[in-house]
Amino acid sequence: MKKEDRREEKNPIQDLLRMDRIPHIWCPGCGIGTVVTSFAEALRKSEIDLDKVAVVSGIGCTGRVAGYIKLDSFHTTHGRAVPFATGLKLANPELKVIVFSGDGDIAGIGGNHFIHAARRNMDIMIICVNNFNYAMTGGQVAPTTPIGANASTAPYGNFEYPFSLPYLAEASGATYVARWTALHLRRVTKSIQEALTKRGFSFIEVITPCVTLYARRNRLGDGLNLLKYYYEKSEIQHGADTRTLDISYQGKLIVGKFIDKEKPTFLDCMNEHLAKKLGDKYQPYGVNNG
Amino acid sequence: MKKVKADPKGVLTGSHYLDGDYALAEGALAAGCRFFAGYPITPSTETAERFSERIPSVGGVFIQMEDELASISALIGAVWGGKKVMTVTSGPGFSLMMENIGLACMMETPLVIANVQRGGPSTGLPTLTGQQDMMQARWGSHGDYEIIALCPDSPQECFDLTIEAFNLSEIYRVPTFVMADECVGHMHEKVVIPPADKIELVERKWHKGPKDKYLPYKLDKDQIPFMIKAGDGYRFHTTGLTHDERGYPVIDAECQDVCVRHLVDKIIINADKIIKLEEEEIGDAEVVVISYGITSRVTTKAVQQARKAGIKVGTIRLITVWPFPEKRIKELAKKVKAFVVPEINYGQIVLEVERCAGGQAPAILVPHCGGGVHNPDDIFSAIKEAAK
Repeated sequence: MKKEDRREEKNPIQDLLRMDRIPHIWCPGCGIGTVVTSFAEALRKSEIDLDKVAVVSGIGCTGRVAGYIKLDSFHTTHGRAVPFATGLKLANPELKVIVFSGDGDIAGIGGNHFIHAARRNMDIMIICVNNFNYAMTGGQVAPTTPIGANASTAPYGNFEYPFSLPYLAEASGATYVARWTALHLRRVTKSIQEALTKRGFSFIEVITPCVTLYARRNRLGDGLNLLKYYYEKSEIQHGADTRTLDISYQGKLIVGKFIDKEKPTFLDCMNEHLAKKLGDKYQPYGVNNG
Repeated sequence: MKKVKADPKGVLTGSHYLDGDYALAEGALAAGCRFFAGYPITPSTETAERFSERIPSVGGVFIQMEDELASISALIGAVWGGKKVMTVTSGPGFSLMMENIGLACMMETPLVIANVQRGGPSTGLPTLTGQQDMMQARWGSHGDYEIIALCPDSPQECFDLTIEAFNLSEIYRVPTFVMADECVGHMHEKVVIPPADKIELVERKWHKGPKDKYLPYKLDKDQIPFMIKAGDGYRFHTTGLTHDERGYPVIDAECQDVCVRHLVDKIIINADKIIKLEEEEIGDAEVVVISYGITSRVTTKAVQQARKAGIKVGTIRLITVWPFPEKRIKELAKKVKAFVVPEINYGQIVLEVERCAGGQAPAILVPHCGGGVHNPDDIFSAIKEAAK
């Protein structure tokens, strides 16, 4: 076949990727890539102005997302993506700010920032890729590791209680909470799309396999197997009580959209309250879009 | 560098009776700071209180974050959202900020942090003065980088130097510290705030060329890259990783050399332009007392005593502590008998003086562990000793 006859293969989301940084660093079989695809698809479907979308990541495998997405994107420090996003959003309220990070980043080192941003109902979206371990550093135990699972710093199996992230998000004040597995591509896309049009603190957890570390150490097969396993073990329960969402080792995964409610955001509250207290003296802030 | 006049909305023109902490907040507002993220900590809290009270009628955001890690992170985010930003803290909070001071350096993010120093280590002396974070300001975050640090000795200077700090942070795209101390922070004095059109500010170095040609870390002629903000259609990337001029991570020794060398050099090569000193009677001085912040005011008394006693003593007040006035100290080391360095710590800036003097003149420390200021007699004794 002559070179010019060959059909050029195009990545379907390449317009949203920094193609000059591809190939990415993720392992074959890792679920992060599918979440990025869902994210890109959601952006395309939502038809929002992409110049007004910013992605902030922390550190870790998922932390690398900011480096591949062709939007205003910030690769910050470990755990600090949420407060960075808070500053970014407040400085420029017309932005739609998305934090894309892992479970260790969001719920471990960044746990305090996470609950406080939810408490304030900061108008940002969190996409948390949960692979049950600290993958970038070699598969250490995480605040999400199920009891009994093996990790490099829990060589005899984990015995600590893990966080249930949707429960934590709801209890802290999130106005949109969903959980899916990476193979629920269309559902992840739909949740991201819904959250993109929502104002307030949105939290989407996506359970993904970590092939190289978590799966191998626990002898759970390859990426595709685990992807399918999570999918098959999941049970959709929209509106489920978030107190019932604990994840046991290789057990049932309750997924779905659990919370979707309206509540004034931090800037709504600030503007309304200060206008009431200060009257004409108050200079409303970012009111048209915050 | 584009200079603009201050926005009158933030400028409280007039003569006021303010403490240093309040003056820091007024300086920030006058400099166009419209975003403040902070966490309460003695003895700096009054700055956050003042800002939170004033900002609603000026137009901007005050947010009390969950801790200092969050405060500094929010500041960096807000700069990339287009704002001029500041926070204030003291020792323990300053320690927590160190992580992302490094990120601010790496991303070349202009911001201002005031540290109203108290006695340490650890919780130390929350309500009492210290000057023990001077080396931390310079070296506290990991890796190699340079910052700028200024030391006010009065509420008036808390106002003036905060504006100066904003300007320097914009010119060099670097975190800039106002290293006050509890005495200056809580001291009430007259503070004159000039009319807005008499306050000169440096505008952020915005990129104005074609968007598709923009490279976030490509150096301009003055070695400082142009800045942009999120939401303007550049779709740029920045990272705390070692990066090339596209802002893309490059993990190798060659890129590290270019990246880190730049972070250091942009301050070093401009040191002469940045450094401000106040010198007195240096001409025929045999002994030079070097001090900063509240200690320089105590030094005045000791120097008067020494002159009365016939000792030829000059003084240098470090308004800029970092970058350190290496050249000037080297020059003087050839002429004077000795330097005397009183400071409210157990020997920090004296080490720099010693380094710069290079053995040509001794640097005599007059230490104080914090909790109060020196007895001028102790400084006087050191001057007498130095003059022998």
